[in-house]
Amino acid sequence: MTGTVDFLLVSMVLANLWVLGSSRLPSCIRALAFQGVALGLLPFALYPGHITWDLVMLALVSITLKAVVFPHLLKRALLEARVDPQVEPFVGHGVSLVVGVASLALSVALFRRHPLPIVPPSDLLMPVAVSTLLVGLFVLIARRKALTQALGYLVFENGIQAFGLGVLQHAPLMVELGILLDIFFAVFVMGITIFHIRRAFATLDTMEMAELRG
Amino acid sequence: MLLAGMLLSVAILVLGGLAAGVLARNCPERAVALAVGANLLAAGIGLVIALLTLLTGASQMTVLPWSVPLGTLALRLDPLSAFFAVPTLLVSGLAALYGRGYLAGKGPSSWLWFNLMVASLVGVLLSADGLLFLLCWEAMSVTSFLLVILEDERAEVRHAGQVYLVATHLGTAFLMVLFLVVSPGAETLAFPRAGTLPPTLAGLAFVLGLVGFGTKAGFVPAHVWLPEAHPAAPSHVSAFLSGVILKSGIYGLLRVVTWAQQPSDWWGWVLVLTGLVSGILGVVFALAQHDLKRLLACHSVENLGIIALGLGLGLLGLSGGSPLAAALGLGGGLLHVWNHAWFKSLLFMGAGALGKATGSLQIEAAGGLLRRMPGTGGAFLVGSAAISGLPPFNGFVSEFLVFMAALELLRSVHPLAGAVGLGGLALISGLAVACFAKVCGVVFLGEPRSPGAEKATETRRAMLVPMLLLAALCLLVGLAAPLVIGVLDAPLGQLAAGADLGPVRASLGWLAALGGLVLLAGLALGHALSRRPSQPGMTWDCGYSRPTARMQYTAASFAGPLTEMFSFVLPFRRHGKPVEGFFPDAAEDHGEVPDPFNQRLYEPIFRGLMRFSLRVRAFQHGEVQLYLLYIVIALIALFIWEAL
Amino acid sequence: MISMLLGLLLAPLLAGLINRVKAFFAGRRGRPLLQLYWDLARLLRKNMVLSRTTTPVFLLGPALSLASLVTCLALLPLGGPALLFFPGDMLVLLGLLALVRFATVLAAMDTGSSFEGMGASREVAIGALAEPGMFLALAVLVVQTRVVSLSELWAHRGLDLWNSAGLVLALVAVALFLLLLAESCRIPVDDPNTHLELTMIHEVMVLDHSGPALAAIEYASSLKMWIGAVLISSLLFPFHTGSAWLDLLAGLAVVFLVTLAVGLVESTSARLSMLRVPQFVGLSSALSLLALFLVIR
Repeated sequence: MTGTVDFLLVSMVLANLWVLGSSRLPSCIRALAFQGVALGLLPFALYPGHITWDLVMLALVSITLKAVVFPHLLKRALLEARVDPQVEPFVGHGVSLVVGVASLALSVALFRRHPLPIVPPSDLLMPVAVSTLLVGLFVLIARRKALTQALGYLVFENGIQAFGLGVLQHAPLMVELGILLDIFFAVFVMGITIFHIRRAFATLDTMEMAELRG
Repeated sequence: MLLAGMLLSVAILVLGGLAAGVLARNCPERAVALAVGANLLAAGIGLVIALLTLLTGASQMTVLPWSVPLGTLALRLDPLSAFFAVPTLLVSGLAALYGRGYLAGKGPSSWLWFNLMVASLVGVLLSADGLLFLLCWEAMSVTSFLLVILEDERAEVRHAGQVYLVATHLGTAFLMVLFLVVSPGAETLAFPRAGTLPPTLAGLAFVLGLVGFGTKAGFVPAHVWLPEAHPAAPSHVSAFLSGVILKSGIYGLLRVVTWAQQPSDWWGWVLVLTGLVSGILGVVFALAQHDLKRLLACHSVENLGIIALGLGLGLLGLSGGSPLAAALGLGGGLLHVWNHAWFKSLLFMGAGALGKATGSLQIEAAGGLLRRMPGTGGAFLVGSAAISGLPPFNGFVSEFLVFMAALELLRSVHPLAGAVGLGGLALISGLAVACFAKVCGVVFLGEPRSPGAEKATETRRAMLVPMLLLAALCLLVGLAAPLVIGVLDAPLGQLAAGADLGPVRASLGWLAALGGLVLLAGLALGHALSRRPSQPGMTWDCGYSRPTARMQYTAASFAGPLTEMFSFVLPFRRHGKPVEGFFPDAAEDHGEVPDPFNQRLYEPIFRGLMRFSLRVRAFQHGEVQLYLLYIVIALIALFIWEAL
Repeated sequence: MISMLLGLLLAPLLAGLINRVKAFFAGRRGRPLLQLYWDLARLLRKNMVLSRTTTPVFLLGPALSLASLVTCLALLPLGGPALLFFPGDMLVLLGLLALVRFATVLAAMDTGSSFEGMGASREVAIGALAEPGMFLALAVLVVQTRVVSLSELWAHRGLDLWNSAGLVLALVAVALFLLLLAESCRIPVDDPNTHLELTMIHEVMVLDHSGPALAAIEYASSLKMWIGAVLISSLLFPFHTGSAWLDLLAGLAVVFLVTLAVGLVESTSARLSMLRVPQFVGLSSALSLLALFLVIR
């Protein structure tokens, strides 16, 4: 099954690069949905022998949320708040791509030098998870709009979930569901907030929000 | 015998220089002739000896009596020093020939410094003792400083001289520590024997050498003196500085490497990364420059980066147990030392000729010079193709070896280093092509952009001949690649036992043959095309019938897409009056790119240092009594220290 | 030898093929397949107009480009090892391609035209970014097979590699295809058909060339396209059926499929804005790097 695992992991990396390189928000959201699907399918490829009902259900919920619900919510926020769909990065797209590849290189080097005490099911899983995490953080830092903050947060969360897949053979169902619920609310709240901020201040530029501090 | 011959050539240089210094006031012409003649004679003798040493692999050492504490007059001529002596003497001879025409009788006493500079560099290569090495090193730094500030009536030249002096002495400070650390006994500063330093000590020596020698070689971030000093110097001196003196840093570093029992893995990595950063930043800085000599100086940073990259890959091959990768990397780095000496001195000489002919070194003021100066322009084009690493010229041969080293590492012991080196060098050479397309296209092709360029005529023969010779050398090394790498065997043997370039000799043969074939076929085809019936016309500019030279693409616009892309390392400063409104007034736009390291690293440091020094200055009153008090306090403190 | 001759003969056909694909998608009949051959023949008979600004560099540029590209053909395996092969021949090939770029750009700058200056500037910028992508893509294949010659890369692998390392090969294939689009000046990087100078790269650089010189340029650019397509065919789809003729036919078929794919992309996508092109080219480097991580982990 390594072929499939590799394929899914590479898809995740490609989605990261996609998010970093794209200059349009809808395109970034599509990338996120794509990453969600890849991540949702990953457990089946990683543990082909252990497919149980709760695993299937979890995957279904996860994919539905990440590939359908979140993108839909984000797109709605985009439309209703009438956000200009340009990404407006602090750090250019070219450099962002370099950062994305560098984060992967860094994580590969990290796990080669310090192998984990447990043996993850694929030696690419951990590096990809960590690089996804880093990319999420980078998006949070290097993009200007409030909506991209939500985006970065979701990528970050995908990284955590992938990491969890490697560390815990079977994450307790409740924990997984809890995490999912958590972000669900995060996205929900973010969407509403964005809408209201937009109404109140007519801008979603985080730089300008910084002016609000006392 | 060989060593004695080399010393003879040093003696000739010194005597010629001294004679020029003495005669400069009264009969300047004879002084210059004498100095240049001494240079040529010394170069002739020295080159024969250096090549003999390289081909035979002989190593000679002698210790002469010398009554200096800690020092011995230990001299050694081995293949490694002979390898670096070849570009030193060849370029010095040609630069002297060129300089005679370039200075045209001005500053006859400067020849004293020129000859002493060459002699002290040969001294650096020959010395086998730390103290002697440092003395020669200092002599080289001071004489080259005096040459950099030759035109000291210009303020920027004085500033450049200052920066150069400070940088070179900071480097020397590290070298002093280096020689103290590695000396085999307390009584002496002699070099340790090859292959004797234990790993920890060798690591310390490597770091000290990297900082000390790296400052001379212009590795980023110690490169900032380079784009200041090289443009300020007269062109024959810039040619020697950039083509040869920078390499003394590489020589020193390699000498340190030979002392180690076994070079460690991290040395290679450090050199690879240093080389990569220097290479990429060097060429990116170069893209943003508008002064031709400054641009060339930035390219020196790039090329020294390529050398470091090659040597680093070689060391990784050596420590990883791949003798072929070691041979390729070290060999490629070493060969690039030679090649860079040829094409960079050629390019600096070309820049000098151009400055003389047009009165300006600004790229944006030039244009159409190939028609007006076909000899200089042709030689410059060859040099540009060579430095961009294009077949069939010499730059391609050394870059080929470094690329092969990366591929070799990729498939054997260090895939990651191989990948890093391969991608990095590819980017560097791609950017170098872009940069020299800009220089050649804007300076030599198209129409002149200023009255100075309009009136330019071919440079005098004394300056043209050295350029043509160097251009021929660039082509020759490219076409005779499999033969030329024969000179690498002996110095490679000193650096890495068992390293052999034999396996790539056939590839180099094909490379040279194909390159020559392309050149010949291209020239023949071009000739055939030019014989076809044609009629003269005007450049088609979208139907606009009266084109002016000012409509041409400028160098800044040409480099625009790339400088924009690298704007995160290039702090672009732009000022002027933008175009506004529907019926705009006269507008202007200026832009320049200051070196980010100067701006963000050194200026704050030196500002802090200045502030500190001003505070310390309170101690200096100019009153003798107070100074005596200081001495007494110091004495008493010492007594107390001893008493405790 | 045969593959080299085939290259010399068939290269202009690719342009015709692409045009037919585009015409098909646009619902037109399109130009004849052999149009470029007729164009070349006609151009060769014509006289030239030489701008008074130009120097010998103006004609030397196309001449050197053509000479280097024909030499490149000798290093390309197709359905069998190339005419010439030696360790590191891929580096010589890439070096010659860089020489082509340098010569073309200088010939463009020689006219002093601002349009050609603009095209030249874009060409070197894109080329500088494409270079690492090219080397890294080859690096992936070198790590996989541990040989450093194009012909050996062809010989030492089979299609079965797609079973064991299909993902890596797919990444490299996409990377090489993106580079092919960029280097042979097709949509979405450049538009070979547009007549608005400001949006062109390659076509704008050759505005002032005419007659036989233009023929040399047109032929050279079709050779460049051929080289790109053959590299994809031979390195990623090395057929070893046992019969040299079948191998050659299969290789050629892939070359034409790649060409069809280029036509497909041209018909279905729009040209990128110039500011986005660096990202497009950078993406190919990123893909190659990703593939590299997969093979050397």
